[in-house]
Amino acid sequence: MTAPRLELKGVTKRYPGVVANNDVDLTVMPGEIHALLGENGAGKSTLVKFIYGVQRADAGVMKWEGREVEIPNPKAARDLGIGMVFQHFSLFDAMTVEENIALGISAELARGDLNSRIKEISASYGLPLQPDRYVHTLSVGERQRIEVVRCLLQSPKLLIMDEPTSVLTPQEVEELFKTLRRLSGEGVSILYISHKLQEIKELCHTATIMRMGEVVDDCDPAEETARSMAEMMMGKNLMSPERPEGIETGAPRLVVRNLNMETSDQYGVDLHGISFEVRSGEILGIAGISGNGQTELMDALSGEVPVDDDDSIIIGDKTVGGAGPVERRAAGMSFVPEERLGHGAVPEMTLWENAFLSGATRKDLVKSGFIQIKKSSTYASEIVEKFKVKTPGVLNAADSLSGGNLQKFIFGREILQDPSVIVVLQPTWGVDAGSAAAIRQSLLDLAAGGAAVLVISQDLEELFEVADQIAVICQGRLSRSWPPDEITVDEIGLLMAGVEADPGGEAHNGEAGGHAG
Amino acid sequence: MPEWFIPFLLSVVTASTPFVFAGIGELVVEKSGVLNLGVEGMMIVGAVSAFAAGVTTGSGPLAVFTGAFAGAAMALIFGVLTLYLLSNQVATGLALTLFGLGLSALMGHGMVGKTFPGLPHLEFPLLEQIPVVGPLIGTLLLGHDVLVYFSVVLVIAVGWFLNKSRAGMVLRAVGENHNAAHSIGYPVNLVRLLAVLFGGAMAGLGGAYLSLVHTPLWVENMTAGRGWIALALVVFASWRPARVFVGAYLFGGLTIMQLHAQGLGIEIPPQVLAMAPYLATIVVLVIISRDSALVRLNAPACLGKSFHATG
Repeated sequence: MTAPRLELKGVTKRYPGVVANNDVDLTVMPGEIHALLGENGAGKSTLVKFIYGVQRADAGVMKWEGREVEIPNPKAARDLGIGMVFQHFSLFDAMTVEENIALGISAELARGDLNSRIKEISASYGLPLQPDRYVHTLSVGERQRIEVVRCLLQSPKLLIMDEPTSVLTPQEVEELFKTLRRLSGEGVSILYISHKLQEIKELCHTATIMRMGEVVDDCDPAEETARSMAEMMMGKNLMSPERPEGIETGAPRLVVRNLNMETSDQYGVDLHGISFEVRSGEILGIAGISGNGQTELMDALSGEVPVDDDDSIIIGDKTVGGAGPVERRAAGMSFVPEERLGHGAVPEMTLWENAFLSGATRKDLVKSGFIQIKKSSTYASEIVEKFKVKTPGVLNAADSLSGGNLQKFIFGREILQDPSVIVVLQPTWGVDAGSAAAIRQSLLDLAAGGAAVLVISQDLEELFEVADQIAVICQGRLSRSWPPDEITVDEIGLLMAGVEADPGGEAHNGEAGGHAG
Repeated sequence: MPEWFIPFLLSVVTASTPFVFAGIGELVVEKSGVLNLGVEGMMIVGAVSAFAAGVTTGSGPLAVFTGAFAGAAMALIFGVLTLYLLSNQVATGLALTLFGLGLSALMGHGMVGKTFPGLPHLEFPLLEQIPVVGPLIGTLLLGHDVLVYFSVVLVIAVGWFLNKSRAGMVLRAVGENHNAAHSIGYPVNLVRLLAVLFGGAMAGLGGAYLSLVHTPLWVENMTAGRGWIALALVVFASWRPARVFVGAYLFGGLTIMQLHAQGLGIEIPPQVLAMAPYLATIVVLVIISRDSALVRLNAPACLGKSFHATG
């Protein structure tokens, strides 16, 4: 029998007040695709940071190909042949793709014609990248490709992937899986962290399940169901989102008519003639590969970038095309942007301050120019309680929360302000199954309460679960919309990729077509 | 060509060079994500140390090195306090300036009234004999002291280092996102400490230039706010070495110009003239840096933030 590629024994890591890893054992064989499962905060990230040499453990042994090793820093890990794709990207916004890749690999490897090697690798693995572009102009999906290509350039023996597919289309996921299977066939071990249990079932050979810093179980994903794995992670039964019965859709609450916008970003996407309406009680889902105008559409809808034509966006009966975010909030709109830290919340500020910032007017938290601290804290505590945000208290800074918890907080903050229209972008990106289900449930409840909900997402599973109508955005143009039972995932995938598909057969007539697939 | 023109140009070069040194040093420091407001303090300690070494030993090179070394020593205090003991960068920088002003006054107590002969100049007698343009070329490009040439080389070298070398790329990465740099495996605080030491040495050199060349004598508080101007130049030049150089000469030139204007008895209140270089430099640099996207790209995102690795 061959020696395991990686073997961990008794890894323990304590933070003040928390045991992030408690006596964790893990064995990864050569060529094995090994899933690491657990909710946000279960200790997966801490464990992989230890393997990659970013953090030291308090106790425990690591063996590499049968030999005991110490990994003092990531460079040592890379020298052994360990590559890692981070969940919170380790990228530098003001630098180019090429510079970012050069920084993440050894100096010897970065020499010579890196530019063309990047193009080569990205072409052969189907991960399109332009080496000269600046990272701050790229979408989340494109940024992730940088991390993947950065690892592949180093021909690793163990690849750690933290949430690699959360922003990819079904076709892109298929491509990535082909790549990963190919690597696995070449003997590369892959440690795969994901919340998408269906994908783990499809891809991984074995899975280790963590809860509260401990390994609770091992399983063969092929023999489990997504539901049974989720329940092992949570240690209790999973509630799937339920669509409340008998919702009646009412009058249009959000109407967008022929919205055109030129992007100010050199690499952005212009919006062309976007038209749709969302009725009260209805959830419209917009699918699309990131970087096809979603960010621009979000900017236009939230009022961060007002558009020239005031009539092109109507909330209720108010035209707000030229209005800013404050006026749109006043008209009853709420938004949950893609970036949680820095856009959805101010990272260094406490939870109650973040609650105050968006709810100041609608929750009446200002009195003669002064912040009502008590009222704001009560409001924040209410969010924490109702939306089951895991945090020691509302005096904690926003960036101390895990991704899923912060997202629940931001959702709660907006929902408790009783919006009549809510626009959300990538609502469950990097969020664990339990939190994602809670967030989707809250969207369904909100629609049931009569709000108009617009969900812009890459996650088709999510759109099919919550949306009443699905449309696709590609190159800044929006398709017509279909009810989820009249279109298949594959057809949506083709539309997202810009292939002229004809779902339902009569799409171009603008009528509800026949049943597809 | 009026007869005052050549001396005028010469004095512009001498007035501008200290800004080039201090500004380019601070640029490197800020690119690594550290805001050191102690430039003025490091400059003046550099000035007094260089002058003391020069007067005692009579050696120009030794005086220059002493100045740079003294500036770096001051920067070491700042670096250890802010990077390893996590003290606030703004407060520590201000304290460093106040400390430097006091320390230099103490050190320079016995130096008042002494003089230093100045640094060696590079002469090119053949070129200057070209008729008509000869004297002009000679004045503009030739016959300066060695530090002037060094300052030009320095600007080019720093520009190359930051944009073309791997070490410079790491330095920018540390200033851009210290968490990412750490997780990739770069020693954030070590990179910053080296940058801070370089910045200190350059500020010390700028100070040394003041006391050895610009006005070759020691006067208490002789930097007279030049460190602050250097700091402002870095920001207004949107962290680009070539623009720091342009800004330094613009400011130096305008300062000398207003002195000449006062000497010629132009009927503008001298206070207004004294203000002019500050205003004009800021206006020009704001205009050339008005592309906000480019400024955002050049400004180090982690400027002034302390880094503490967790775990």
